[in-house]
Amino acid sequence: MELFGVSLVLYLLGALGALCLTGREAANRVGPAGALAGSLVGLASVFSTPASAASLFVLPWGLPIGDLALGLDPASRLFLLPVYVLGAACAVSGAASLGGPHEEHCGQDRRGPHWFFFNVLLLGLSLVMAARDAVCFLVAWEIMSLAPFFLISLHDDEVEVREAAWIYLVAAHLGAVCLIAFFAAFWAATGVTGFDALAIAARQGQLPGASLLFFLALTGFGAKAGFVPFHVWLPEAHPAAPSHVSAMLSGAMISAGVYGLWRALELLGPAAPWWGWALLGLGLATALSGILQALAQGNIKRLLAYSSVENMGLACLGLGLGCIGRQTGNETMAALGLAGAVFHVLNHAAFKGLLFLCAGEVLHAVGSVRLAHLGGLGKRLPVVGACFTLGALGIAGLPPLSGFAGELVLALAILSGIDLPGLLPRVGMSGALAALAAVGGFALAAFAKAAGLAFLGEPRTPAAANAAPAGRLALAPLLFLAGCILAAAAFAPMLLSLAGQAALAFPGLDPAPARAALAQAADILQSAGLVCLGIVALTLAVLFLRSRLLTAHGVRREGTWGCGYTAPSSRIQYGAGSFVEPTAKILRLPMGLSRRLDMDAGYFPARGTLTVTSPDQLKLRFFTPLFEVVARTCDALKVVQHGRVHLYILYVLATVVLLLAWKL
Amino acid sequence: MNTLAQLLAAFVLAPLLSGIINRVKARIGGRAGRPILQTYYDLAKLVRKGAVISRTTSWVFATGPAVSLAATAAALLLLPGPGGPAAIGFSGDFMLMAYCLGLSRLGLILAALDTGSSFEGMGASREAAFAALAEPVLFLCFLCLATDTSGLSLSAMLGTGTDGAMAPQRLFVPAILFVLLLTENSRIPVDDPNTHLELTMIHEVMVLDHSGPDMACIVYGASLKLWLFGALTTLSVLPVRQMPPLSAWGTFLGGMFAVAVAVGLVESGMARLRMERVPRLLGAAGALAALSLVLMVWR
Repeated sequence: MELFGVSLVLYLLGALGALCLTGREAANRVGPAGALAGSLVGLASVFSTPASAASLFVLPWGLPIGDLALGLDPASRLFLLPVYVLGAACAVSGAASLGGPHEEHCGQDRRGPHWFFFNVLLLGLSLVMAARDAVCFLVAWEIMSLAPFFLISLHDDEVEVREAAWIYLVAAHLGAVCLIAFFAAFWAATGVTGFDALAIAARQGQLPGASLLFFLALTGFGAKAGFVPFHVWLPEAHPAAPSHVSAMLSGAMISAGVYGLWRALELLGPAAPWWGWALLGLGLATALSGILQALAQGNIKRLLAYSSVENMGLACLGLGLGCIGRQTGNETMAALGLAGAVFHVLNHAAFKGLLFLCAGEVLHAVGSVRLAHLGGLGKRLPVVGACFTLGALGIAGLPPLSGFAGELVLALAILSGIDLPGLLPRVGMSGALAALAAVGGFALAAFAKAAGLAFLGEPRTPAAANAAPAGRLALAPLLFLAGCILAAAAFAPMLLSLAGQAALAFPGLDPAPARAALAQAADILQSAGLVCLGIVALTLAVLFLRSRLLTAHGVRREGTWGCGYTAPSSRIQYGAGSFVEPTAKILRLPMGLSRRLDMDAGYFPARGTLTVTSPDQLKLRFFTPLFEVVARTCDALKVVQHGRVHLYILYVLATVVLLLAWKL
Repeated sequence: MNTLAQLLAAFVLAPLLSGIINRVKARIGGRAGRPILQTYYDLAKLVRKGAVISRTTSWVFATGPAVSLAATAAALLLLPGPGGPAAIGFSGDFMLMAYCLGLSRLGLILAALDTGSSFEGMGASREAAFAALAEPVLFLCFLCLATDTSGLSLSAMLGTGTDGAMAPQRLFVPAILFVLLLTENSRIPVDDPNTHLELTMIHEVMVLDHSGPDMACIVYGASLKLWLFGALTTLSVLPVRQMPPLSAWGTFLGGMFAVAVAVGLVESGMARLRMERVPRLLGAAGALAALSLVLMVWR
């Protein structure tokens, strides 16, 4: 707990230091240094105590309600882990990408405020995970929600960036409204704000309308995590933000939504039967629609953003399984579902952080992250290419990396539920497993597309052909995250036991069977690890044999076989639109692809243009019209806002008279 | 010992299956056909050849076929056989098997995209799409078997033949697995393994640029995959694990032979489906799987 405090202080120092040094190159050193040091100390605080320990630290503050109550328990520690790992990696990566002669945006150096808000984001995230009081939690939540607005709008001379930051702000605040309502209703019903007191009150059944509270929490935290239909801000905000910020937001901040939902479920006590199924259904719908839309994207960062939506959906599925298991007394399912959710969040943070940082290096080297402008980068940026492939393997859930272990734990939780009583629950569980399989299949396609089209083949533009490799400082965080991923693959069973600590601390779970279920799952991961080891060993053996055979029989280098066509160019390669065409023919609507072919009339058209775009259909068809209506209504209210001061004074007078009349 | 024998049988006999299929096709077409051991000759020849490698490619092109073969071979470790359970088995191991096949596919897809060829990109995109559609169907099949036998590992759910082995709802499962065999192994009616340069190709067009040992990896990996799916189909219908060892082996190998002949008959009797019809085939298989699952759960 002391180390946790030190890390908060370091973040604060980094923030203030960067702000004081605004306009100087030193801001770009002090800010990241604060974030890096704070994150490393935070990591030490996570690992210095046993994972199952819980601590609490309460200070009174000046506000009329609530205390400054901070504490660390297993769930907090596990959700803090991505914050610290990514905080360190993204600080270094950001320092490298913003360093040197910074291209001036709007004629001023924005790096001081940028690093201020970066440190504030880390501070807010740490406080959110540690808050043990509703008021304190909401304050931390606001700090965490506001900082990204300023981080996203670093390059606010671009119209897309301004729009993305705006969408983010609206989404974040609509979510926050639900959360304030959630905690206010909770407070009104129980009269307390401390988390422990709230949980006790809820368990004693002092909570009328618990289902409404659950709905509020699901909406509020779902808006942060990006559950359908509140995911619309993710594909806008992530491409617009600088890559180290995208990595932080996607890997750590949206996990805070899952963390919040976890806490809400803890606080609300015994769940109604439909909660778990609602979470399961919402999670699967989010995962499926997220990955299908990811597959449709032609911009790597948008693709990664949609893939984050998918992964948060899988985490939500885990929470749902935990709820169903707890409610039906199936401890195996509850423990594995909850542990699987945490495990998946940890995996996702590492993979997505790495992928976003790689995308940042691509943007730096080529100037674009649209797949149509890339190609063949694996040769020019070998380390970035290898790291991206590693991250893609992991996020697609393929063995031997720990992404597979996470999905296997979720599948085991589902499998433990196929003998639930009743036809509908069994069919539901079977459907969930089939959907999980479909998500896996499409994730493979999406990341084969991202890695294959960006890093393999021929460069599609001169910029991609002349891409300059990244500097050493920029590669360090990539290698650090890649190392974390490899370590996680090697120690997947241990990681599961660690994630299981959070599940064991979940109230309402019988620890003995839950512990047994987790131990059994860890054994299963061990056996699966054996097969994974087999894959690695066999691959190395085959490669060794291949190189021996080829040195004996010789290799000749030729052009790619063009099937008799003698003038191939890089433009005839399969691109982002064509790669998904077979899938789009079947699933155009859920993928949200729109395709327009303009061609000259007649039998021999001389000119043709094909435009394939993948806008977010939900945003296009639902949110944009909705907010237009809201804007029109607000515009209509402008009649009272005409700029005539004497009338304004009349308003004041009328208000005062009305208030006096009401009070007297 | 038995486990070792099963693995050995898979690794040695797998290339024989395509020989049998081709012989059946040739006989029905009124030709003598190539030797039944042709795939072995091909493999021996490819291993002894050098390679021609495209200048466009990077390390991915070389690694892809190796990963693909290794992942398929690792999947075989999870496959039970006539002699006994699999070398490695645990609850939910079918998921590892499916994902190993996924890794194998990703290796080939990335290697294909590495060449920068439009043909191979085309094959890669189709392979990714159809495999993603086939994956839930495969999981539904495994779930059917799991519900029927109350076993969550492949060893528990395959070949044990509970009293319901011939129950009507279970009879769908081998049929669906056979459809998946045709899909995943690029057989007619989904893909045509014979033609190389037709625009309707999936698997064969992805490997146009591979030669020498790389091609050997791919051919051998494809044989292993065919063996894997053939064994799944056979074991899902024949209760070989309840028989005495010798007759179990005989029944199993007979079943594999029958599967190969069935593939040959399908290939001789059907034309390849139009590309947009393939999802319907998979959809029908998925609906059938869902139906039998509901029937089993209901029971």
